[in-house]
Amino acid sequence: MSSEPGNRLYLTVWVGLLVLTAIEIVLAYMQLSVTVMLLTLMGLSFVKAGLIVAYFMHLRFERRSLVLTLIPATLMCIALMAFFFPDSLRILELG
Amino acid sequence: MASLKTGAGTWGGGGSPYAIGSKKLGMWLFILSDTLTFTVMLMAYSYVRIANPDWPRPFDGHSIFLASVMTLCLLSSSVTMVFAVLNAHRGNRKQTVRWMIATIIGGLAFVVLHTNEWLGLIGQGVTPFGNPWDVPLFGATFFALTGLHMTHVTLGVIYLAVVAWGFNGGRFTDEDVEVSGLYWHFVDLVWMFIFPLVYLMSNTV
Repeated sequence: MSSEPGNRLYLTVWVGLLVLTAIEIVLAYMQLSVTVMLLTLMGLSFVKAGLIVAYFMHLRFERRSLVLTLIPATLMCIALMAFFFPDSLRILELG
Repeated sequence: MASLKTGAGTWGGGGSPYAIGSKKLGMWLFILSDTLTFTVMLMAYSYVRIANPDWPRPFDGHSIFLASVMTLCLLSSSVTMVFAVLNAHRGNRKQTVRWMIATIIGGLAFVVLHTNEWLGLIGQGVTPFGNPWDVPLFGATFFALTGLHMTHVTLGVIYLAVVAWGFNGGRFTDEDVEVSGLYWHFVDLVWMFIFPLVYLMSNTV
């Protein structure tokens, strides 16, 4: 709260997000397996989401108690929901 | 913000433990619930998409290019929203409204491009209940996911316009601008997952 970050920081984050998006688009034109493609794209997307939440949504400059209340529980819920996701690949192999 | 005292006795009700206003906390809690809604819809789409060997891929290079432009619109509108919030905190009323109008334009550009893409697909016979490739799950999941997101963007544009109007007239404070900004960044964040999962994944895989 006390130390307001300047415009430069936000523009840097914006450029970083654009670069990550460009990398994703290039990846989309490469021949990769479903699993590798899914994991790489999701990894990059989580980095982008982290940048947006930390800087644009200002969470990096909030109190740690707020961050600890919001983020771990949400990630845990998402992880629990993703628990059965690999099953989709098994169905594909069953033919 | 002066009323948000922290320190001893905070958890005993002596102050705000998060040092933020209740509007902002409310928006954060809404964003959490919306995160889970979108997570479920993205997982449903990806699950049936991966488990289905005949999944249609109507997104050619042209629509991937358009989706990339839509990503650029949303990312840029997010950064203009950041500048609107910064100016609102500094008390620059005119600048805030200008940056918010820029944000609204970015959002509208997204809605127009996306609607155009939808109409193209509908023209090919892709509807929520059927398509030429006989995989109705595609239309169901695609339109539900992108439709929910587009609803968020459209409502966000209206929300931002109302807040900008009210901030200009002095009815809303800089906190209201910041809270509307949180919502807008979240809409942007969701698209960061829809874009790779729906468009990029269907290019070669």
